[in-house]
Amino acid sequence: VAKVEEYSLPSYFDRRESPLPDIRFVKHLTPEQQSLKAKEKGSWVALSNEEKVELYRISFNQSFAEMNKGSSEWKSVLGGILFFMGFTGFVVLWQKHFMYGEIPHTFSEDWIARQSQRMLDMRINPVEGFSSKWDYDKKEWKK
Amino acid sequence: MDVSGPDTAASPPAENESPSESGQETSSIPEAPVATRCYSHGKQETDEEFDARWVTYFNKPDIDAWELRKGMNTLIGYDLVPEPKILDAALRACRRLNDLASAIRILEAVKDKAGPHKEIYPYVIQELQPTLNELGISTPEELGIDKV
Repeated sequence: VAKVEEYSLPSYFDRRESPLPDIRFVKHLTPEQQSLKAKEKGSWVALSNEEKVELYRISFNQSFAEMNKGSSEWKSVLGGILFFMGFTGFVVLWQKHFMYGEIPHTFSEDWIARQSQRMLDMRINPVEGFSSKWDYDKKEWKK
Repeated sequence: MDVSGPDTAASPPAENESPSESGQETSSIPEAPVATRCYSHGKQETDEEFDARWVTYFNKPDIDAWELRKGMNTLIGYDLVPEPKILDAALRACRRLNDLASAIRILEAVKDKAGPHKEIYPYVIQELQPTLNELGISTPEELGIDKV
């Protein structure tokens, strides 16, 4: 006969939407707990608060307050995200300095100036774009 | 808030229950003679029928532990806070099963179910106080397990 694995049996879990799990939390009761369980069969008025809490803890692991409590995990997650974003920035800087070669000569200031003048002469995007921002009478950029 | 339309005769217990909130208005549904509503099918259960059905469920004298668990877990799955009379029946079922822990758990679940509506739970406890005193059930607050 195959051995019954524990994971195939009903399990205990604390869930808001299922307040009464299939099994008790504590599987094997100590003698004190067993006698407390016997006392539970009588009037509950006779039970002290400590005994009631003990009975609760036999059946359940976490109370609703405990299971609903949030954690500070989000701080670790956010910190980790920001850290790795910073690390990526560091990698980019390193690459720029050590890996990439010179940028094309067409980005030099002189070239850009002559290129821009040519674009203005051609009236590039005169309605709403590039040339529309240039004042052709005063020969300066519009304010 | 009651969203079921006017019903004619009492309908057999159906799965389309209408929300029944405690602490809010327990409205009585006006019984109009003709029901012309666009339901998916059949008549919709009224709040009173829903409550009565569940009270009867928990009032079964020889209810067993599985039925109690199944009933409670199902009830908590609905989009409503159970009426005190349903909870009263459930707590008495716990008493018959000699299960104090489940009784306290039920109270916790009701408070959790009310969510942001903080006035519901005190109302429920107030309504249940005679039963709690009679059976000797302490509230989670009295036992201190409502705090972390």
